[in-house]
Amino acid sequence: MRKLAALYLAATALLTTQVNAEVIHSERSLYRNILVEENGDLRCLKFDEKTRMSSQSCMYISKPKQLVFNYTKLTFASLLMIEDPKNVLIIGLGGGTLSNVIHELYPDAIIENAEIDPAVIKVARDYFAFVENDKVTSKVQDGRIFIKRAAIKKQQYDWVILDAFNGDYIPEHLITKEFFEEIKSVLSPNGIVAANTFSSSKLYQHESATYHAVFGDFINVSTAKNSNRIILAGYEHMPTEQQLASRIAKLSPLLSPYGIDLHAISKGMASTKDNQDWPADTKVLTDQYSPANLLNF
Amino acid sequence: MFNKTNALIYFLAFSSGFSIMGIELLGGRILAPFFGSSVHIWGSIITVFMLSLSFGYLLGGKMSIRQPSLTKYGLIFLLASIMVLPIALFAQPIMEFIFSHIEDSRYGSLLASTALFFIPTIILGMISPYSVRLLVTDRERSGQVAGGLYFVSTLGSALGTIITSFYMVLAFDVNSIIIGFATLIGSLGLLAIAVDSLAKKEVAYA
Repeated sequence: MRKLAALYLAATALLTTQVNAEVIHSERSLYRNILVEENGDLRCLKFDEKTRMSSQSCMYISKPKQLVFNYTKLTFASLLMIEDPKNVLIIGLGGGTLSNVIHELYPDAIIENAEIDPAVIKVARDYFAFVENDKVTSKVQDGRIFIKRAAIKKQQYDWVILDAFNGDYIPEHLITKEFFEEIKSVLSPNGIVAANTFSSSKLYQHESATYHAVFGDFINVSTAKNSNRIILAGYEHMPTEQQLASRIAKLSPLLSPYGIDLHAISKGMASTKDNQDWPADTKVLTDQYSPANLLNF
Repeated sequence: MFNKTNALIYFLAFSSGFSIMGIELLGGRILAPFFGSSVHIWGSIITVFMLSLSFGYLLGGKMSIRQPSLTKYGLIFLLASIMVLPIALFAQPIMEFIFSHIEDSRYGSLLASTALFFIPTIILGMISPYSVRLLVTDRERSGQVAGGLYFVSTLGSALGTIITSFYMVLAFDVNSIIIGFATLIGSLGLLAIAVDSLAKKEVAYA
């Protein structure tokens, strides 16, 4: 999924600069090797895995506000579906980019980050200016366990962002009907979930069917073919055209400093209500049946 | 020395090895929704399996001293089959209870693995030494028999691991696979008992 983004970055880096990527930090964690690489103005967090290196998060050193990855920008389509979020939960920290931007946009919002790998949190703090304070916290925990515990404590979130897939390996317990039901149980009445996920492979259909089974119709956000898609689900009603237009007008000036073109993104939003692009008999993934990694080819 | 009864014993030992590793592999799947998929999950599962197999070997060896028979051997399989079933039937409430009482997912997963896998794996562990007892006829060949037995049961384990993880999880629900294993070892147990009683009848008529 971030394959293409990484390829694109690699290609542009090759074409535009002669500067070679330099590893400025590497760290071995329980789960993987983590590298921080600098290439000219671009600093990236990479996971060094068997098959290839995948960029998890990148920032421009001279313009840290400017978002690098398209999928990060697409995630902000969520703001067209909700009022100002007050409680945000992010599963999968990466470089902490989403957390930082949301904190800048909504300084009063409580933002909780759940990340399974403590080394990722450390690298985000040290190299990607990940901000933590009395509003923004991070916790080393599996996303599924975090949400189960949050549900027991009857916590509610206006915005749950699921960004836990790194492209090489899918935690199979984070893509099941039961998990999505648990997410649903921690959404506030007007809350939504935004999931950064697949746009190709056989898993696309299974994942779509699973989201649909739990949340009903949802929105796919995707601006380029064969790149990531963001799933927006859990909303009660689709906003009307006028509501969308007024939200875009209100939010665009706030988001443009980050390189987010909300108008263009809104054009890439499509509800499954009009376009159910998976076969009706697609098997829903459950805790009992979730061979996600075997289906992802 | 390689008669039909011995072939049956080897086949049963193979199947128990197959089932043990198939179940162990699914353990990770079963625990993940409550305790995550981190390395400590496998720590818990493998610890419990190794520990219960070790107790099973001890118990099976002890049990083989007094009047060993194919019927008793079959009963071990039947009992194992019954004890495997709760993994499919009660895993959910058991894990819910543990999850709500233990915050630390390391100890939560250790306790959950113990609750689900300890007893069935002890019983499955009894099979190996009992098989040796049934197969060994003279001291010279005892090492060879034990070696052959380790060979088939470990080969079964290897195949149980790969077939479960590569193919069965794509085709079936976790619980269906568990129930499949229980059915397999239960029917083999019945088969052993049936073969033994037929053989006894033959002896009686002879």
